[in-house]
Amino acid sequence: MKAEEKFKEDYKYGFVSDIEAEEFPKGVNEEIVRLLSKKKDEPEWLLEFRLKGLRQWEKMTHPSWQYCEVPPIDFQAVTYYAKPKAKKTAESLDEIDPELLATFEKLGIPLTEQKRLSGVAVDAVFDSVSVGTTHQEDLEKVGVIFCSISEAVKKHPELVKKYLGTVVPAADNFYAALNCAVFTDGSFVYIPPGVKCPLDLSTYFRINAKETGQFERTLIIADKGSYVNYLEGCTAPQRDENQLHAAIVELITFDDAEIKYSTVQNWYAGDKKGLGGIYNFVTKRGHCLGKNSKISWTQVEAGSAITWKYPSCVLIGENSVGQFYSVALTNHHMQADTGTKMIHVGKNTRSTIISKGISAEKSNNVYRGLVKIMPAATGARNYSQCDSMLIGSDCGAHTFPTIDVRNDSAVVEHEATTSKISADQIFYLRSRGFSQEKAISLIVNGFCKDVFKTLPLEFSVEAVKLIEMKLENSVG
Amino acid sequence: MLEVKNLCAKVEGNDILKGINLTVKPGEVHAIMGPNGSGKSTLSKVIAGHPAYEVTSGEVSFDVNRKQINLLELDPDVRAKEGIFLGFQYPIEIPGVSNLDFLRESFNEVCAHQGIDKLDESAFRDLLRQKLKILDMDERFLERDVNVGFSGGEKKKNEILQMAILNPRLALLDETDSGLDIDALRIVAKGVNALKSKFNAVVLVTHYQRLLDLIVPDYVHVLYKGKIIKSGDKSLALELEKRGYDWLIEESEGKKQ
Repeated sequence: MKAEEKFKEDYKYGFVSDIEAEEFPKGVNEEIVRLLSKKKDEPEWLLEFRLKGLRQWEKMTHPSWQYCEVPPIDFQAVTYYAKPKAKKTAESLDEIDPELLATFEKLGIPLTEQKRLSGVAVDAVFDSVSVGTTHQEDLEKVGVIFCSISEAVKKHPELVKKYLGTVVPAADNFYAALNCAVFTDGSFVYIPPGVKCPLDLSTYFRINAKETGQFERTLIIADKGSYVNYLEGCTAPQRDENQLHAAIVELITFDDAEIKYSTVQNWYAGDKKGLGGIYNFVTKRGHCLGKNSKISWTQVEAGSAITWKYPSCVLIGENSVGQFYSVALTNHHMQADTGTKMIHVGKNTRSTIISKGISAEKSNNVYRGLVKIMPAATGARNYSQCDSMLIGSDCGAHTFPTIDVRNDSAVVEHEATTSKISADQIFYLRSRGFSQEKAISLIVNGFCKDVFKTLPLEFSVEAVKLIEMKLENSVG
Repeated sequence: MLEVKNLCAKVEGNDILKGINLTVKPGEVHAIMGPNGSGKSTLSKVIAGHPAYEVTSGEVSFDVNRKQINLLELDPDVRAKEGIFLGFQYPIEIPGVSNLDFLRESFNEVCAHQGIDKLDESAFRDLLRQKLKILDMDERFLERDVNVGFSGGEKKKNEILQMAILNPRLALLDETDSGLDIDALRIVAKGVNALKSKFNAVVLVTHYQRLLDLIVPDYVHVLYKGKIIKSGDKSLALELEKRGYDWLIEESEGKKQ
């Protein structure tokens, strides 16, 4: 087997499903946005929301402050809407195109009634649309709404209208504005007061169509005293061209509510020479509006040619808590500029940041963070720990922390380390019977432990495997 | 069991070993002594396969079930799985990896290679408990990260614990006694003695007689400038304790002239 073929095998999600898609013409303009809104049979207010986003975007220029090289993107060469052609409208999950079901099954996400995963409800997003959501009836019984955002616009317009864009407005950044204009689907969650969501909720994002961007939008609202554990996974076929994924995730927690949001990101990262791969430009932010509310982000970023995202928390309610746990692994020519922002607004707000960056081969890994303590945030506390690990000598690790404190009572701690896996460390493990690869994965997994332990069990097992697979053959 | 013939090795361009000959048979304890910089640690690292050391000539063969293996052809992890154990002078820290997981995984790697069935969780725990007891170690050791925050003595005990679990055919202990107080030294020696059998062998690299009072060697070798200049029985170590190395060095250099 040739080395390249071996490498192709390493990304087992790189297959393409033969599903005919209904696509829009390439490019983005007012006509496309109107067409999209019409296609989705949207109310007037949402069309206005989109057009506002478009006008905002047209005024903006592509940012350049990031510490990664983003090749110029021709936004008029991207297809903004691709929907798998349905033979007829599916009334239930069992009526979905078998080819689509087979695709998700191959990805480990069975959707049909008989095979679906127990204990976790899944919303499956394929290119631009949600193809189905499992366990909806069970969730409805306790008043939890979990559906695609398109469905939510139709069934729960009052909730969507009230909260959409309140956490990440169109003017927030270039890609947020673009997303506002052209977002196609994504998940919507509402947890009513006092309800602990009985199932974990999960969205699985799959890009399949060629030269298509995926612009999804997720909105999760946890009402007073509620709790939800939300998981997100993503994969895409192997292609030589780059594909754009520009999503927005908005979280809102009211008094005493908690959202735990975990991501295992494994978009196609391009080949060894840096050809192809997904551009993962995502805006994720949560507002802890209520007292004692909590938002916790955990991310394992192991894919994408470029990852550019900062899941953040705005801690508005008194005693609210924000957490960010991240493992970002880059290999070959991958680039990651990721981190978080913790904005302390309310009294006695607390935040924790644990970031672990691992760079191998010729990759570049950046932690960028902001801890901001506003004047009213008396008694605010932050603890940040940013550790970088280098494997080999051609890679890079960079840390750009910003601390902005405007209240004297705040306590802000920042710790950072950079380490390199040493030959002695590897020899020690090898002299105990571990192969070179196992030795490295043991060291790396140990390095990431503080983050992995915050993941739900199945996710943490998957994350460990993913990191091992990504590092295979990368250390010679 | 181990046959080292005319072994020469260098690191970073410096010749360190300049023709070592050493034969170790099952059931034997050998002590390697010698002044600082004579190549004692290098010898144990080369036998264990440290990639930084380049073997320039010579042979190292290892006898496993009456089969001769050329150790120099094997990766260090394969050497470990064949039953070579190197006790480190400076054990390495591995943050985030618990001692328990480390020991279990290591044990499983060796078992899988040698065709021995893995132990289930409770049987493995039993084995651990038994070994911990010999070394007077608390079970809480198992929950701590490998060597992280361990005192010098704890690190050395942890090496012997690993050795006890892996049950090697040949143990190379590189200055295991350095940095130990009297009590810890006794415990470590007790651990090594408890593991000795007629099927395995121990090579001790040490500076001090105090270890050899507790682990009595069958042979003592003095290494100087990359060569063994003198071999003898345990009385040689006692003589070195009294007289130092100078007389031997003079003797060997005199021979050359």
